[in-house]
Amino acid sequence: MSAIAQPLIFWLLLGSGLNASFNPPGVPEGTSYIEYFYPGIITLALLFTAIFATISVVQDRREGFLQGVLVAPVSRWVIVLGQALGGTTLALLQGALFLFLAPIVGVPLSPFSLLSALGVMLTLSFGLTNLGLMIAWRMDSTQGFHAIMNLILIPVWLLSGAFFPVSGVPILLEWVMKLNPLTYGVAALRRCLYFNASIVSEEIPQLTLSLLVTGAFCVITYFGAARTAYRRPNVA
Amino acid sequence: MFPIKVENLSYAYGARQALVDVTFSISQGEVFGFLGPNGSGKTTLFKILSTLIPVDQAAVNILGHELGNGVQRVRQYLGVVFQRPSLDLKLTVTENLRHQGHLYGLQGKPLKQRIQEALDQFELTDRAHEGVETLSGGLQRRAELAKATLHHPKVLLLDEPSTGLDPGARRSLRAYLNGLRNTTVVLTTHILEDAEACDRVAILNAGELVAIGTPDELKDQVSGDIVIVDSPEPEQLAPKINQRFGYATASIEGLLRIECHNGHEFVRDVVAAFPTEIQSVRLGKPTLEDVFIKLTGRRFEENGSSQDSVGLESSRTETH
Repeated sequence: MSAIAQPLIFWLLLGSGLNASFNPPGVPEGTSYIEYFYPGIITLALLFTAIFATISVVQDRREGFLQGVLVAPVSRWVIVLGQALGGTTLALLQGALFLFLAPIVGVPLSPFSLLSALGVMLTLSFGLTNLGLMIAWRMDSTQGFHAIMNLILIPVWLLSGAFFPVSGVPILLEWVMKLNPLTYGVAALRRCLYFNASIVSEEIPQLTLSLLVTGAFCVITYFGAARTAYRRPNVA
Repeated sequence: MFPIKVENLSYAYGARQALVDVTFSISQGEVFGFLGPNGSGKTTLFKILSTLIPVDQAAVNILGHELGNGVQRVRQYLGVVFQRPSLDLKLTVTENLRHQGHLYGLQGKPLKQRIQEALDQFELTDRAHEGVETLSGGLQRRAELAKATLHHPKVLLLDEPSTGLDPGARRSLRAYLNGLRNTTVVLTTHILEDAEACDRVAILNAGELVAIGTPDELKDQVSGDIVIVDSPEPEQLAPKINQRFGYATASIEGLLRIECHNGHEFVRDVVAAFPTEIQSVRLGKPTLEDVFIKLTGRRFEENGSSQDSVGLESSRTETH
């Protein structure tokens, strides 16, 4: 519940508060901040759900059903895949709720843009859940996870073009944003939401590149998560 | 053929050595206990045997498979009961068992039969559809056992199985484990009574295996009787006892501990010889704790149960 409430509150408060001062280069004229922020806030909902779904690993591994799963004749790859798909399902459902708000924001959803956006959200959810698993399997306390979340995951999201566009930021930040895989996830989602509507700025990464990077992110994080689970099955 | 064979196993967490050159074999069908205080390495050993900690060495062989590359084949034959709960509290007993069955490739009718069998065996049938979180601690423990043995493991590993059980439940757990003749049972414990009930016991201290044998064999290492003397000034009394009776004394936590033959006579004589310097005297047959003290020179911490020794109180009253 809080995984969806928090992004919603962020969106409404920041969206209305920053609306007046939002006029960066590279964003189509007449785009309100609430509208600009929309794909970013869906991504945040996915990220939060992925985090909440994976944080339980920390506890479950020390006292919980996962202990028994780890000694069962099931390979770590399959265990991690199961966990990732579970988290993905939750994240996708949470994110999908936000799609109902599209007409209010003024995003013209067609059946095609709806489906392609869901596809991107699915891929993104899987990747983000794997990212959460990679962290959770390393942690021996949930506090540690929270620290990582505030120190790494939230900044990664902030610098993904979700919150402000790449255009016009200092050069160093621009590079960080260009190297941030989530930038491409948010861009893919933005492009799919406005599919063919041609009001998306040319400043953000192209669709093909965005999809490729997001797909690669998915695969790499899955291998990372499985590898972490194999090497860190039990924190002493 | 030994179902479990461990040769020269060492394990370290970074710089901290948890196990040092441990070697032992466990025979088919026996109940084997690892006895040791906290930090002795028994939990590490449990985690290695239960395949939770990956070991690259060929030092551990379970049912003919080396834990390294043969780990997936070994897992199928292992049943593991963890010290901490491993049931999903939000699910019912049956649901927990069903998921467990799926993990071991059991499905459909055979799975249903196994679940019913396990519920009957652990007297959980009438609670089968209740959420695990509503069950008492003892019932949850029984459900844990039902879960761990659902797939009929050849080796059953238990980490501190009697933690949190009342004496009655402990007794029935011991009876159950001793009744499992086709299953090799390996448990860790810091409770002396649990260790006494095992066929064989290995004593661990600071990562080293200091003794291994049946409880009786181990206790034979301590000769005769154990007399424990409580004195306000043990340092002064110790040499006097040594001089007069010729027995070596060991001072453990302010108590003098003397290994001797004909303890009843010694108790009488020592009290008569130093009437003002002795507060209380206790006489007992050696227990595994005495074996532990003899081998390591220190008390078995956090256990502190003098009730474990077959205490024959002397004429003077105990003051602690």
